[in-house]
Amino acid sequence: MATPNALLVIIRHAPHNSSWLREGLDAALVAAAFGQPVHLLFMGQGILALLKEQGSGAAGQKATLPTIDMLEMYDIEKLWVTEEALKGMHLTTDALVEGVTLLAEQQVPGLLQQHSNILSF
Amino acid sequence: MMQYGLLVMGAPYSSPAPHSALRFAHAVLARGHQLAGVFFYHDGVHNASSLMAPPQDELNMHDAWAELHQQHAVPLDVCIAAALRRGLMNESEAQRHGKQAYNLSPPFELTGLGQLLELQQRADRLITFA
Repeated sequence: MATPNALLVIIRHAPHNSSWLREGLDAALVAAAFGQPVHLLFMGQGILALLKEQGSGAAGQKATLPTIDMLEMYDIEKLWVTEEALKGMHLTTDALVEGVTLLAEQQVPGLLQQHSNILSF
Repeated sequence: MMQYGLLVMGAPYSSPAPHSALRFAHAVLARGHQLAGVFFYHDGVHNASSLMAPPQDELNMHDAWAELHQQHAVPLDVCIAAALRRGLMNESEAQRHGKQAYNLSPPFELTGLGQLLELQQRADRLITFA
């Protein structure tokens, strides 16, 4: 699972209440555009970024779902979601976009250890 | 000896992150390590504003970063997309966007996110302050 030089981007903020999500995704896309393998881990409120039925943002904000849909084009295929975050919000993977991989929270430390490059948003 | 890089994502006077980052920077250098660069992203771009004017008995974060650069030649890179969005720009960007003022000048440099990724690769440790 570990790819040398891979970048793990951790998303912990929901869409629209700040620019954390958008600027975190920007960092992921730029890294991918530079040819770096990029993996995404969604934790806590960050999983709300993956809800498949979401409209555009709150007043004056661009929607972030189109960016999520674009990740595959940038060869960002690893989208990890923690089971605990899903359960905590009474959601199942049916509510999320395609292609997410569930991960138990206790596996997160191992995931972090496999990546020498991590950015957290 | 280690090479450190810092990522600052908190705004001065709203978040303690920039102040912690600055203290960390001085501690790293005092211990004989190297600081490969500081990258300002998200709300951290506000650290670069030369127009901040806090009361005289408060630390001026812009000047404190500039001093770090003068003393140790640490590059101070600012994400251009995050900066423009928040009203931070240098003279040439101000001209390009038809603005009547600018608030970012050397030693702060506007640059792309690629610079952050490059810093992360170059440094032994990239420490985030958010």
